[in-house]
This record gives sequence, C-alpha cells and structure tokens, in this order.
Amino acid sequence: MTNDPIKPVLEATGLVKRYGRVVALDHADFELRPGEVLAVIGDNGAGKSSLIKVLSGAVSADEGEVRLDGEVVNFSSPMEARERGIETVYQNLALSPSLSIVDNMFLGREIRSQSVLGKIARRLDRAKMRDIAREKLTELGLLTIQNIDQAVETLSGGQRQGVAVARAAAFGSKVIIMDEPTAALGVKESRRVLELIQDVKSKGMPIVLISHNMPHVFEVADRIHIHRLGRRIAIIDPKKHSMSDAVAIMTGAQEPPADTIAA
Amino acid sequence: MNNNQNYEDSVAEDASVAEFEHERHGLMSRIHHFLHANPTAAPIIVLLISLGAFGLIAGERFFTPFNFSLIIQQVTVIGILAAAQTLIILSAGIDLSVAAIMVLSSVVMGRIAVTLGLPVELAIIAGFFAGTLCGMVNGVMITLFRLPPFIVTLGTWSIFYALNLWYSGAQTIRSADIDATAPVLKFFGERVGFFGAQFTYGSFLMIFLFAVLWYILNWTAWGRHVYAVGDDKEAAELSGIRTNRTLISIYGVAGLLCAIGGWISIGRLGSISPQSFYEGNLDAITAVVIGGCSLFGGRGSIIGTLIGALTVGVFRSGLKIAGVEVLWQEFTVGALIIAAVAIDQWIRKVSA
Repeated sequence: MTNDPIKPVLEATGLVKRYGRVVALDHADFELRPGEVLAVIGDNGAGKSSLIKVLSGAVSADEGEVRLDGEVVNFSSPMEARERGIETVYQNLALSPSLSIVDNMFLGREIRSQSVLGKIARRLDRAKMRDIAREKLTELGLLTIQNIDQAVETLSGGQRQGVAVARAAAFGSKVIIMDEPTAALGVKESRRVLELIQDVKSKGMPIVLISHNMPHVFEVADRIHIHRLGRRIAIIDPKKHSMSDAVAIMTGAQEPPADTIAA
Repeated sequence: MNNNQNYEDSVAEDASVAEFEHERHGLMSRIHHFLHANPTAAPIIVLLISLGAFGLIAGERFFTPFNFSLIIQQVTVIGILAAAQTLIILSAGIDLSVAAIMVLSSVVMGRIAVTLGLPVELAIIAGFFAGTLCGMVNGVMITLFRLPPFIVTLGTWSIFYALNLWYSGAQTIRSADIDATAPVLKFFGERVGFFGAQFTYGSFLMIFLFAVLWYILNWTAWGRHVYAVGDDKEAAELSGIRTNRTLISIYGVAGLLCAIGGWISIGRLGSISPQSFYEGNLDAITAVVIGGCSLFGGRGSIIGTLIGALTVGVFRSGLKIAGVEVLWQEFTVGALIIAAVAIDQWIRKVSA
C-alpha cells in the first residue's frame, strides 16, 4: 500500500511549522490521490488546522515542501493556492450574507460583459453569471434554491454550505478542501452536505475533508489520515477499521496497525 | 460496522412535521416582508408621506415648482457629501472629515485660480487631486495602520480643517474676485429654466453623479466589492478580494466626490469661505441614515441616500414655510433620524 504507483494530486512531505515554542507541525506528511475523499482527523491541537492552512496557502511552512501534480509549489496567500486550483470551503464559509447567491459565487472573479459597455464602463455580465451559477447549482442537485438572486442570509445553513461548495467546485479546481462542513448543521442538513460531497466526488474532484464527526467521516471517506502530535501517524481504510480503532489511534490509546502507513 | 450509522433515516420519513403554515400572514407581516425585500421602498414612502403632510400643513406655497427647485438647490452640496458618505458607510466605515475635505478642495481651487492667477483647469484638477489625496490618507490609516475609521476621520476632520485655514490664511475669497479671474468656478451655481422653475447646473450634476454611482455599485465588480467588504471583511478577503486596496480606493473615491462637491459649493455660496459647511458631515450622515443605509455596513443603496437628502430638504422647507422656528426644525430632523433607524431595525428583523 505504501508504494502505490498512483500519482498523488496534492502531496506534502516533512512539513514543519512552529509558532514560537509551539511546534504545530512536526515533519508531517500528506497525500491526496485523484478522485478520492480523504478525511483528516485528529484531536484538538494535533495540528490539523496548521496542516490545512499550509495546504490552502493561508500560512507557509517553515520546512518541508508541498507538491501539486508533482510540481513543488509555495503559496504565499490563499488566493495563489486558489489560482492554482486548490479551493477551500472555510468553516465560516466566507460568504457575504447580504449579497445574492450569484454575487457570492462570483465574488472576486466576476465576469465582465463582452459588449462596449463592458470594455468602457466595466459592466458585469449578470445574465452569464446567473446562467453559470444556476448550472453549477443544478449539477450539484441544489435546485431547491429557487431564486438565485436572493440574499445568502435568507438561506438555511445547509443551503449556505451548498453555495460555498458550489463556488469551490465551479471553477475548474483540482482539489477541494472542506473544513468541518457539517459542524454547524442539523442532522437533515448534514445529510444533504454528505450527499453533496459524493456529488462532487463523482465529478472526479478529490476532496480533503476535515471533520470531528466520525460517522460522517466513515460514511464518505475513502481513506482516513490520522493526525497526532503534529504529524501523520497513520492512514487507515474505513472499511477495514472501526470508528473506535480510529479514535484509539487518534488519542494514542492504540498503536497504528501494521497495515497502515507509518509517518 | 456501518449498520449503526443510519440514524438520520428516521428524519426523512416525517420531514413534514417541521413545516410551518405560510398562509396566515397578516397585513403587517406582508408589509414587513415587502420592505425587507425592497430596501429603498421605506425611504420613498417616508418622502411621499412627508410631501403629503407638508402639502397639507404649509399649503399652496409648498407645492410650487419654485419651492421644489429651492429644495433641490439646498440639498445639492449635502447630497454629494452624502453620496461620498454612502460609499464609506456601505464599507462599514464612517467619514467625519467629508465636509473638511470638501472645503479644503474648494480653497485649493480658489487659491490657485484666483489668488495665484493660474489657469482654472489646473486649479480644478489640483482641487480634485487634493480631495482624492485626503480621502486616501484616511483609507491608508484605516487599513494599513488598522485604526478605527471613526478615530482616524475624527482626527483628520480637525487636521484638514486646520490645513484649510492655514492655506487660505483664514481669508474668504470674495465673489467679485472669482467673477473677475475664474468665473468657471461658479459654473455650477448658474441657473437654467426647467419646467417653470430654476435649477442650477450643480443640481443636475448631483443627479448625474447619483446615477453614475448607482451604476458602479450595482453593475461593476468594484461596486459589489464595496458591499462585500462592508458586509464581512474577512469573508471578502477569503473570497479573493484585496480588501485593503478596495477600502483605500473607496476612501479615495469619496474624497474625489467631496472635491466635486467643493466645486459645486463655490457656485452655491458665490464665494470661497474656509469656514463654510462646518456641519456638513453631520447633515450628510443624516441623509445616509434616513436613506436606509446600515451603519454596520453592507446594506443600503445610493438611491436611498438621494431620497434621504431630499427628505431632509423637504422637512426643513416645509417646516420653514409653516412658520416653525429653526430650533424646532432641528428638533424634528433629530427625531426623524431616530425614527428612521428604528424603522430600519424593525425591517431588518424579518426572518427569511
């Protein structure tokens, strides 16, 4: 399993991140394969957030390297990571509540009209943005949102999550990182979001899922990356291991099984 | 081991339990929803009601083309300041220095064109430049030094005012001197007949600027970013907007608008006085608030501000014609501000 010939989409080796005396990442490794849902789990303070921040460009690592499609990349901002195809759905979703669904989906990458007005007066192509937004939401089965011009603040938590995911998935991205997508949602809405993850996956887009919710992780993940004390301690297959195994490994109560990758 | 994870299935079966009846909305609730969905509706209704009320109280003298043209002339300068203020309040900021920037710009124009005798085009460009620069100074201090907009502009209000007294030598440039050397500075005070009333070019410019700003805010990416930054700056940043750059440009554009207001104010006053419009910024904020902009940013419209400015004008004019003393006019405008904010809070409370 360790020497699989599959070429990872996103890979990191030997990441170190220190905040003063605190070592948040201690030679951590990471590997995301094409088309998979990789869950990242770990106790509070294990360094999950730091790992994700490095991968999404929010912070840069002190040591180690990140590779996207085999090429070494060094992001200095989330925007750079995004331009290269790493989209992050933040826990707070990063949506503007008073703006419409369309405006939010195209925030920061609006489409300008091709007409004379677009060239001289920078007029936006509202019709085109609406069409694309509607198309993307339909693809993800989010057509329950009827009026695409309605303000995001009028949507439910699950629908907002849907808009944020649709935004991430809409722009030809290579990797989608989802930070605790179900943490703030009710049971029914969590279900929709899990279906959404499956929908995105079925489009061949690999997903990194950070979650505390073990049932959710075991339901959608293909592989589970367990983070402990600043490094990847194991990768387990959810079909071969139970939730209590995962929790035990995560908290250090159990040694990582022999068939998993040691860090 | 997956069989214990289907606990959500039970939810799908009786989803209807959580639904509410939608038909029992009363009239009040329907009005509430309408106002929530149409943010400019409330200011328009307030303006129409006040027009009607003053028509009854003040009688025929109120409903004359002459009086309306007078109201518009009176709100022209404040209206432009309020437009500048709207951009800033939409971005969740506040600018107490708008009037000081306006007066400083007009003094720069007058100094260069009249006192120094340089070409008037140069003077106007210099005035625009001064206004934009002042605005950008505010923007830079707010973004790069992370200071609260209220504090920064409270400080620059005094600073720009002092600079303006220093540069003008605390001297008013007289009307006759402007006429002799640079009459173009008074262009926006000239009147034209229109529907039996006299309007100044400045009033037309104000309307035009509001139309341009409406277009920019609604139909350009920059305009959408103004709202996004005011709504949630962090979210805007994560969405890929360079928020600091956007904020500095907002303050810069507001400064330019103030400078344009400065040019118009020369025509309105006839002279250039470093001590004019000292309370202009408060009047501008009044217009913005009555126009329905949220002081927390991200919500409101530029058209609302125009209507807010007109409402203040209508109140002052109506009360004056009705023979109400100036102090009670002030009292009423104060009550209007509080009422406007109270109504606004009520409208916001609607849940989807």
